Amino acid sequence: MEQKDNQVTAEQKKRFELPFHIVKRSTLPLKKKILVYAIALVGSLLLSSLICWIFGDGNPLDFFAYLFKGTFGTSRKFWLLLLETAFLLGASVALIPAFKMKFWNLGGNGQILMGCLASYAFAYKLGGKMPEWVLLLLMFVSSVAAGILWAVIPAIFKAIFNTNETLFTLMMNYIAEGVVLCFFAYWIHGQDVAFPKPNGGVLPALGNNMLLTILVFFLLAGLMFVYLKYSKHGYEISVVGESVNTAKYIGIDVKKVIIRTLILSGAIAGLIGFFLIARTSAPLDKTLHNNMGFTGIMTSWLAAFNPLFMFLTCFFIAFINTGMSQVQTDFGFTNNAISKIVIGLIYFFVIACAFFINYKIVRRDDSGQKKPLKKRPQIRQRGTNK
Amino acid sequence: MFKKILSLSLALLMIVGCLAVFASCSGKGKFKAALICLHGDNSTYDKNFIDAFKTACENKGLSKKQYSIVVDVDEKEVCYDKAAQFADDGYDIVFADSFGHEPFMLKAAQEFPEVQFCHATGTQAHSANVANYHNAFASIYEGRYLAGVAAGLKLLETYDTDNDGVITDAQAKIGYVGAWPYAEVVSGYTSFFLGVRSIVANATMEVKYTNSWYDETAEKQTALALIEDGCTLISQHADSMGAPTACDEKGIPNVSYNGSTNKNTFVIASKINWVPYFEYAIDCAMNGKKIDADWTGTIGTDSVQITALGSAAAANTQAKLDEVKAELVAGTRKVFDCSKFTVTGAKADTSKFSKAAYITMDADGHLTAYLADVDDDGSYTGETNVIKTEGGITYFAESALRSAPYFDIIIDGISIK
Repeated sequence: MEQKDNQVTAEQKKRFELPFHIVKRSTLPLKKKILVYAIALVGSLLLSSLICWIFGDGNPLDFFAYLFKGTFGTSRKFWLLLLETAFLLGASVALIPAFKMKFWNLGGNGQILMGCLASYAFAYKLGGKMPEWVLLLLMFVSSVAAGILWAVIPAIFKAIFNTNETLFTLMMNYIAEGVVLCFFAYWIHGQDVAFPKPNGGVLPALGNNMLLTILVFFLLAGLMFVYLKYSKHGYEISVVGESVNTAKYIGIDVKKVIIRTLILSGAIAGLIGFFLIARTSAPLDKTLHNNMGFTGIMTSWLAAFNPLFMFLTCFFIAFINTGMSQVQTDFGFTNNAISKIVIGLIYFFVIACAFFINYKIVRRDDSGQKKPLKKRPQIRQRGTNK
Repeated sequence: MFKKILSLSLALLMIVGCLAVFASCSGKGKFKAALICLHGDNSTYDKNFIDAFKTACENKGLSKKQYSIVVDVDEKEVCYDKAAQFADDGYDIVFADSFGHEPFMLKAAQEFPEVQFCHATGTQAHSANVANYHNAFASIYEGRYLAGVAAGLKLLETYDTDNDGVITDAQAKIGYVGAWPYAEVVSGYTSFFLGVRSIVANATMEVKYTNSWYDETAEKQTALALIEDGCTLISQHADSMGAPTACDEKGIPNVSYNGSTNKNTFVIASKINWVPYFEYAIDCAMNGKKIDADWTGTIGTDSVQITALGSAAAANTQAKLDEVKAELVAGTRKVFDCSKFTVTGAKADTSKFSKAAYITMDADGHLTAYLADVDDDGSYTGETNVIKTEGGITYFAESALRSAPYFDIIIDGISIK
């Protein structure tokens, strides 16, 4: 009887279960991790080149040529690539302290935008009416303050009332956009249909108008690495992230850590806003954040919240975005459909890597049983031999 | 295994790098032209430019490697970056298609004096004094006027059952979806409205703005709101299919812009044909000739076109259009003929942005002088009288002193909602 029962269950398994199942991996050696990423990257690029070849004018090899031409082709293109990397790095640096604490800050866009608004308001009202350095100082302080304000409100609610920070920070993005529109409607008393360019408040150029921005955010990423890894604050953040109860048990003031960390996040986001306006004295626009608050989530996640790896992930995302613009032009695409597909595809390949790094797929044999893993018997043998 | 793959991928990277260097070197010395677009070819406005640019380049014998089109370039610093990149890459002439691209094109023009920068719809070339920076437009108001004539005939065909040429005021109320309250849009809907009025004397028009050049949802909603308000025909100056789709759903005739919509309610569309300008500018740049600071194409030079009539057009439309077009080309009919419209409402306007101070009118409310804001110095003050008299007709000389439109008066009969 028992045997028959076993047979039935085996048959059932055979009928209803997939021929493979998913097992969590123990940590993969770094070499293998890099290998997995390299395979995904090369695979996605090859597939992308085929897609461009099918739909555009050119051959698959052109895809790679254009990708590099758009990013390394001239010194201006390379500078622009570094600039985009720097801004993205700034956004990621703004997000990680909160993320390490498992505070899911989706309000990067809003915090950056409020920083832009504060800088722009001063530049618009006072530009040309006071010494540039005073104005720049005012813009800097107000931007940082505005970024902090927008980040700390959800942090206070989280710390005191334990509200859901994901929704709260997300909604703050829309309010920030609304504030920008209000500012336009009630403060810009012109006949302009868009924000005018301010009369002053331009950062001095170090060689060109990109270098200063690049240096600041690259330096900031380095400082963030030190802060998170070697400071007491950084330690507290990681403990709160691992377990709030542990943190409480060892005497960490969790509320204080949440609020303090979000002040830091908001300040960096506000700083990005300052640079977005003051680098070229740009007119305000409600899309000036360029969605970095969300792209930054991806870059910091892919970097496993390590500021040093973020140099790589941000550079990679900036490389794909700027390079694809050239690919699109040179393949003769006159809308962004194909390049959006390609960028999405590359993101997908790279993000899917995380799955294969954390899990492996194991085949079942015909009896519905797990197939024994290749290496395990060897280990057991070795053990018994001892 | 790992080392092998690493060395293989490094080798691949180097090959690719070499290819990239070759790609950027090839084609140097040949004439190259570029076009910067605000949106892609899913926008009717940009598609019109893209198609014309390709045609003009091919007509001028440029190979596919010799011309480039970059789309989705915002009206921000990125426009300067793109223009400068084209200059770096050895392009000889760079075009841009959107109004807001102007300051960035001008900045690039000042930095690269050996490259020609041409900006469509811009206003600053005639006062900026930058030798390699040029504006262009076309007298699209002539096309819109003709489209208005077709719209008027459609209204008569639908509602004038007793054939006396008169319909009720409610039947003569039309709607217009505008993008922005720029002079370009005001000039466009006024000429369209005057075209309708030349057929239906008691026509009135309600205008709503979407505050965006391309916002399909907003344009559709605005058109639906106008239809709700009792408008019997809709036209638009915005770039998506929003308004035509709304009209198709509600069975309301639609006069379009930039091209046929292929809908059952489509009457006619006017469009600017940019091929003559692109060919002219490329020709000049190739032969080292000077490009006009302001170039205005007309209906006579085929820069302004009307499409073939749609299935919703009235029966006798084509003959009437041919007649009016001949008069426009000959100059015996002027679109902004001051005797055909009154401006009492604009003169009485006391709001913040009133144009009343620049208007001089006679007892009947017809314009006798108007100071228009031709020199775009950012002050929004009118400085140039643009009312002229020629062949016995006193008219507003649109696009004569600079290529971009400057007719910005809200005339009687048009209400802004």
